[in-house]
Amino acid sequence: MKRLIAPLALALAALPFAALAQERMAPVTDPATLTDCTECHMAFPAGFLPARSWQAVMSDLKNHFGENATISEESRLKITAYLVANAADAGALSARASSRILTGITADMTPLRISDLPWWKREHNGEVSQAEWDRAKSPANCVACHRDAERGFFGD
Amino acid sequence: MNRLAFTLAALLAAAPAFAQDANDTSAAKLIAQYSAEAGITASAEAGKAFFLANQTGGGADTPSCTSCHTADPKAMGQARTGKPIEPMALSVNPKRFTDTAFVNKWFGRNCDSVLGRECTPAEKANVLAYYSSL
Repeated sequence: MKRLIAPLALALAALPFAALAQERMAPVTDPATLTDCTECHMAFPAGFLPARSWQAVMSDLKNHFGENATISEESRLKITAYLVANAADAGALSARASSRILTGITADMTPLRISDLPWWKREHNGEVSQAEWDRAKSPANCVACHRDAERGFFGD
Repeated sequence: MNRLAFTLAALLAAAPAFAQDANDTSAAKLIAQYSAEAGITASAEAGKAFFLANQTGGGADTPSCTSCHTADPKAMGQARTGKPIEPMALSVNPKRFTDTAFVNKWFGRNCDSVLGRECTPAEKANVLAYYSSL
């Protein structure tokens, strides 16, 4: 009996984590990134874009999705280094998580929006009602629906 | 450990809230400074007209101050990202215009987003006079 219980308990204990693993992304911990990037939106986890995307975004802050989001050069370099080091393809993610985030993104593609990634679209399209989009106002507003997004949890 | 991590995260999350706390200037001081630079007497009326106007030259999504701040400076605004913006009127938000670096940063960004250029000292003096008059 005991021999049966242990594996069963293990299997059950592992279940929620397996589910959670899909919905969790390490939140930003870098102080410079948190300070500057949260002025207009939550600090999106670095693991949601490949390094080349972060480089592209951070090298044109004067035209940041229609806004001038310029910051000091010192902060820009610090933040870029952090985002690149923790990017989806930087080795900070598990191979499984990385390949999921980068599904459909070939080496010659440099997506600038997390919401342009195929996995993101698959997760949101059809599932999010117009009323929910109206309330959130923008796909950049993760916390409108994912209340613990800033702590790295993106469950429904 | 968890509690430490949580406290740290809370502190870090709160950091931007302190960004406006340098307390090294005030709306009155800035109005005096900008007015002197422009050689004008600041006008709340002109500031209101500037605040409400539809401008050209900036980003397509931000033709006016009101695009994000709404037409009522006493009300909360909302960035295009959905993030709330604290009111601009000093009567409801006395923390406004108390941090030189913060003021310069946001005039710099937002004038460019709305007008495609820097705001003139006269425009800044007038709009601050408007925010102070409410």
